[in-house]
Amino acid sequence: MLEVRELSVGYGPVTALHAVSFDALPGTITAVLGANGAGKTTLLRTLSGLVRARHGSARFAGDELLGRPVETIARAGVAHVPEGRGIIEELTVAENLELAALWRLGRRDRRAAIAATFETLPRLGTFRDRRASGLSGGERQMLAVGRALVTQPRLLLLDEPSLGLAPLVTAQLMAILADKTAGSEMVVVLVEQNARSALSVSTRAVVLDLGEVVADDESAAVAADVDLRRHYLGY
Amino acid sequence: MTLFVDYSLNGVAQGMIFAALALALVLIFRATRVVNFAQGAMAMMTTFGASTLLEHGVGYWWAFVAALAIGFVLGALVEVLLIRRLEGRSELNPVIVTIGLLVVLEGIAGAVYGNSSRGFPAAYSQTGLVIGHTTVDFSHFDVFVLVAVVVLMLANLVLFRATSLGLQMRASAYAREMSRLLGVRVGRLLTLGWALAGLAGALAGLLTAPTSSFSPYFMDLDLVYAFTAAVVGGLESPVGALVGGLVTGLCISYVGGYLGSGLEPLGALALLIIALMARPKGLFARPPARMV
Amino acid sequence: MASLDASGTARGAGAGDAIDAPGSGRAGGSRTPRRLRLPRQPMLRHLALAAAGAALCYLVTSLLSPYNDVLAGEIGLYVVALAGLSVLTGMSGQISLGHGAFMAVGAYTAALLANHTGLDLALQLLAAAGTAAVLGAVVGLPATRLRGPYLAGMTLLLALALPPIADRWNSLFGGDQGLVTTPPTAPGDLNAQQWLADIELWLAILTLVVVANLVRSRFGRAFRAVRDDEVAAALAGVHVARTKVIAFVVAAACGGLAGGLLGLTTGVVSTGEFPLTLSIQLLAAMVLGGAGSLVGAWWGAVLLVYLPEWSSSLAGDLQLGAGTSAYLATIIFGAVLIVAMIAAPGGIQGSLRLCWAYVGSRRGGAGTGDAVRGDAVGGDAVRSGAMAGGERPLQDRAPSSGGPAAPRGAAGSPGSAPNVQSNESSNSDG
Repeated sequence: MLEVRELSVGYGPVTALHAVSFDALPGTITAVLGANGAGKTTLLRTLSGLVRARHGSARFAGDELLGRPVETIARAGVAHVPEGRGIIEELTVAENLELAALWRLGRRDRRAAIAATFETLPRLGTFRDRRASGLSGGERQMLAVGRALVTQPRLLLLDEPSLGLAPLVTAQLMAILADKTAGSEMVVVLVEQNARSALSVSTRAVVLDLGEVVADDESAAVAADVDLRRHYLGY
Repeated sequence: MTLFVDYSLNGVAQGMIFAALALALVLIFRATRVVNFAQGAMAMMTTFGASTLLEHGVGYWWAFVAALAIGFVLGALVEVLLIRRLEGRSELNPVIVTIGLLVVLEGIAGAVYGNSSRGFPAAYSQTGLVIGHTTVDFSHFDVFVLVAVVVLMLANLVLFRATSLGLQMRASAYAREMSRLLGVRVGRLLTLGWALAGLAGALAGLLTAPTSSFSPYFMDLDLVYAFTAAVVGGLESPVGALVGGLVTGLCISYVGGYLGSGLEPLGALALLIIALMARPKGLFARPPARMV
Repeated sequence: MASLDASGTARGAGAGDAIDAPGSGRAGGSRTPRRLRLPRQPMLRHLALAAAGAALCYLVTSLLSPYNDVLAGEIGLYVVALAGLSVLTGMSGQISLGHGAFMAVGAYTAALLANHTGLDLALQLLAAAGTAAVLGAVVGLPATRLRGPYLAGMTLLLALALPPIADRWNSLFGGDQGLVTTPPTAPGDLNAQQWLADIELWLAILTLVVVANLVRSRFGRAFRAVRDDEVAAALAGVHVARTKVIAFVVAAACGGLAGGLLGLTTGVVSTGEFPLTLSIQLLAAMVLGGAGSLVGAWWGAVLLVYLPEWSSSLAGDLQLGAGTSAYLATIIFGAVLIVAMIAAPGGIQGSLRLCWAYVGSRRGGAGTGDAVRGDAVGGDAVRSGAMAGGERPLQDRAPSSGGPAAPRGAAGSPGSAPNVQSNESSNSDG
């Protein structure tokens, strides 16, 4: 379980997150929603160690995440898919996967996990030994998510996976995500501006506005709250 | 005709040394986007180290290996102590710092060893090989140079293409933040990149010293030739460093042979300008980063 | 020099509207009234200061011993060289590790003319600057397409490639022996050293006036625009390639003039006078003085001339051998350069400004102080120095003249933007 308590983050005089608290449970997807600049990306970057927090705590499975180096957090099983996918274009598709799996799996398990990823995402398999720079937007996103899943992470942080994707591809992606999460021990935090599709797969939803939590509820309840939707989610 | 053959052979032998030093520049540029103008001076230091060991009666090959080790450590130290502190500043700052390092190292060497050129032994005979009835301008030592640099290049290729360490090094060179997010300890790998470059440079120094005037400044020209070689090869590619080294070596050998030895740097300058002009965008061989 | 002087004067005499250069858009509006009211004043102030400086130099050199006159003259010639380098690296953001090559060209030009034509000294020096300027244009052309390390490598190679040419055609250039020069004949009862020192210091002041006016002209704004963001400069209508070549030409002309003077000072022009070390020391002195700052050029020149003196006396105190002491200056130079680049990228002038701004903010002038501090602390060598010093070059020599603070602040604020970025990136690494 991920427990975020009173988390505050600022850049210079600007406060990006103010006393944010929420829980995310294993086997479920927790959506973090809100407008541009609400602090969603900062939240994920803080959890993976890229940004230093001012106050508060973020405990995962009882261990404090804050204040530890990025690499250590990653090796402990936290997979962060940053906004804009963050695939490494100069490496091949297979190398991207291999790199991610280096610390979580032994050599033989790595090979098996990569093969399994290509089974789940067959399109990627056909590009196996091609440079990732040749992939389309959708394929890149599949690779980014596949790369996060191949490590069999304990905590998966996804930043705007639907950005720039066709609705059909988004739906496909969300389906894969829901499928991989259900019945697993994985905690998934899904940051989205596309609230509608995020709410369709998530169990709980946290709504941020200007760095503060304005709602933290069952996804169905958030989706049903017309005022909340109109004010913060734009639909 | 025999002159041409001799110049070509000489060019290849020199070019291999440039390639080794160019590889050092490429390793560092790929990892940290810095051109290490102190690479030649660092190689000079390690070679002087070897020379000191030889004077104290250490065997040639032990001194040779020790110089490579010193180069490795020196490279790592420079990264940790200097280059790391310049992160996020203008790209001119590392240029100036490496120049400062060049000045310091040459000053130290001058103060300790003096300005006059000394001798440095070659591992093998430096008299030309006899093929048929003619003596060509290619000695046993040149053969050793060729082999040593080819081994260095192959080792480099294996490291980068076939090991997970190499995979991590490539990843951290291209995408620092993302590599960290995947658990790669980028800082250590950048240090390792500089260390390996220090080793490659040390090899270049050991191979250059027997055939040049071995003084604190003996790697100055080699450095700019290696820079030319690295740019000709694209500054990012180890294979390019090898090709660029050979092209530069041949060019310099022909210019020196046919036009007079004083014009060699001018020949290299011409080659460098041609190479830089041939590719627009200042030759940053990698396509511009995508803004996705 | 004549053409440069003309452009400088044109700026002074030209109406304010001609100066509304691209790249100055942000500051333009608020400054217009001031500019319309006092279009000539900076020029006049520069000239007055220059005349006072020239008189002061004459006074000082007449008090010094001949030996110290030679050193003072060397300071003058290095100021000329460093002013050019400062324009090139500090203001237009192009690095040159080959400034010694321009000096060599100037020195040989002047010496050849003196030996073969008996031309007047002024014309010799003019030709020295002109020939170097032509080489600057030739080098500047490929340089327009290069950035940072590539340009550094190319100019480094230039510094190594030019001197051997003189060895190759040694019947013309005198080979190792070099060409002998004759110092100018002093008028009246002045001794030769003092007269040469006066000439060198006056030329240094003249160069600074010309360069200062150039920097304040639309060229100067174009230089800074290109340095800060080439794409934005191009979009704003600055001809980027031409601007870069002009910067190279100015720098080379200064280098050539300094080379001609160096030839007069040393009495002989040979390849040994222009080793790679000279180019590197020039760059180092420019950076240590404060990149982009014309006042910094004086600090740099003092360092270049006196560091060897100080270090040899230091070596004497430490009882080091003669061989070692010769290298001590080099080692100190390099070490200081490295430390400065890591700890105080603004150089001496930038650091002094920091202190000045700090004192100022203590007294309540917080706004200005912050702008300057933000620059130099997070800063890039080149940017911060230029921001701190490039804008009002000559007035700074006399703080009592106390120019208005506003332009300083205005110059500081655009420069602070990149530093925010750099801080952020170092945060995320930590």
